[in-house]
Amino acid sequence: MATLATRVLPVPVRFGNGRHLVERNFLVYRRSWVVFVSGFFEPVFYLLSIGIGVAQLVGDFTLADGTVIGYAAFVAPAMLASSAMNGAVFDATYNIFFRMKYAKLYDAMLATPLRPWDVATGEVTWALLRGACYSAMFIVVMLGMGLVESWWALLALPGAVLIGFAFAGAGMALTTFMRSWQDFEFVQLTTMPMFLFSATFYPVETYPGAIRWLVEITPLYQGVALERALTTGTVSWTLLINALYLAAMGTAGMYVASRRLGKLLLK
Amino acid sequence: MSVVLENGRRQVDYWATVYKRTWKGSLVSSFLLPLLYLAAMGIGLGSFVDGNGSGALGGISYLQFIAPGLLASTALQIAVGESTYPVLGGIKWQKFYFSMIATPLRPADVMYGQLAFVAFRVLTTCVVFLLVIAVFGGLATPWGLLGLPVALLVGMAAAAPVCAVATRLDNDSGFAMIFRFGVIPAFLFSGAFFPVSQLPNWIEWLAYLSPLWHGVELSRDLSLNTVDPLTALGNLAYLAAWFGVGTWFAVRGLTRRLIS
Repeated sequence: MATLATRVLPVPVRFGNGRHLVERNFLVYRRSWVVFVSGFFEPVFYLLSIGIGVAQLVGDFTLADGTVIGYAAFVAPAMLASSAMNGAVFDATYNIFFRMKYAKLYDAMLATPLRPWDVATGEVTWALLRGACYSAMFIVVMLGMGLVESWWALLALPGAVLIGFAFAGAGMALTTFMRSWQDFEFVQLTTMPMFLFSATFYPVETYPGAIRWLVEITPLYQGVALERALTTGTVSWTLLINALYLAAMGTAGMYVASRRLGKLLLK
Repeated sequence: MSVVLENGRRQVDYWATVYKRTWKGSLVSSFLLPLLYLAAMGIGLGSFVDGNGSGALGGISYLQFIAPGLLASTALQIAVGESTYPVLGGIKWQKFYFSMIATPLRPADVMYGQLAFVAFRVLTTCVVFLLVIAVFGGLATPWGLLGLPVALLVGMAAAAPVCAVATRLDNDSGFAMIFRFGVIPAFLFSGAFFPVSQLPNWIEWLAYLSPLWHGVELSRDLSLNTVDPLTALGNLAYLAAWFGVGTWFAVRGLTRRLIS
């Protein structure tokens, strides 16, 4: 039955074997745990710089629904979303490109019973586990600084994992189209403007009509809106749209990635 | 004398060839990203800071406050970027330093050539950035143009010690540490985005140690035309010391690595 389903469905329904790849990455990173741990500090530095320093210059913020919050509480969820994006994108682009092109890791793996879909799910699962560690620590720092205003913040961690899923899937799909390291300039070219302009540092209402619309359709904006609503407690039904957007982006990315991996490596 | 000139000419020839092949790849990181920062923080966030009227910036706009800081930070980031992977690459991966010392060049010449290329990259990036800042109205007075030599000095004060570290590394995981615990904290806490006096005391003192803080102070004082000659000399001397000591260690490190 399972074999029949895999032939009929566009996406193979075997999730299990990706775990071997997760285990492999875990073993590799055990040797360079300092690099792993240090990844946690970057978003925290941003949070401290903006939360302590710039916040004093900006003062309090009034959200669209009239809630007044401190600037640090406004920026922190956006930092959480951005760091989930950055971590996932880095893992899914640079690391995967290196493993694919130079370490020839996947060639070796596909010589075993692993299939392209296992490689894709395995890599994405690893990226998500790693991202979840960083996000959890970040949320603890937010709690310590008094920047969490609502019990909805319990959902902030799954939210961050969802953002990671969206960007890991998309990043991996794009990586399969990359020809050389020069193409990675495009990765920075998309993530950096999103980091700066996706209502991260000031509300989306600041932008004039057309630009605001452009901001609102970016995936990072969806993530920021989701996290900000959860940590500030301004929750509404529209969050489901944000979440669906991110889930769809991740799924589509993974599907494309596994198809392309198969094409590139199993010729 | 003519040997020195000849060696220098060959180095210029080499680095010009490298740059001709790689300049496109550096367009986004060196020109576009600082501009985006300027727009997002200076203009976007600036409208909230200016509207808040806290007066913490001494009557200038937030854009004018951060522009000199962003210029110095950009110099720092470009300089460190060009002193990490390229240097270790010259030793370990592409090994072009070894080819260089197979010619009449000494390891010291190779290091000076590398640093001169870093200076070239810092300078070209900062010239473009400074022009854009000027067009956006980010310079409080025309004296702000003197931020260019300051930015160059900041770049070299960071590049030399980072080269010194790079010549002593076995693999590139040390670079992640340099970026995460050196460059990014320096970028965020050296007074580019807010006065360091707002920081808790002990972090404030860490900020004074960073060469970037001295560069930001100096280029901001120049831009606001509030230079105190003695303080300025102190800033300059501190930056020069980082450059000088760093270069000495870099030359020593490279000599040991190439000739052993």
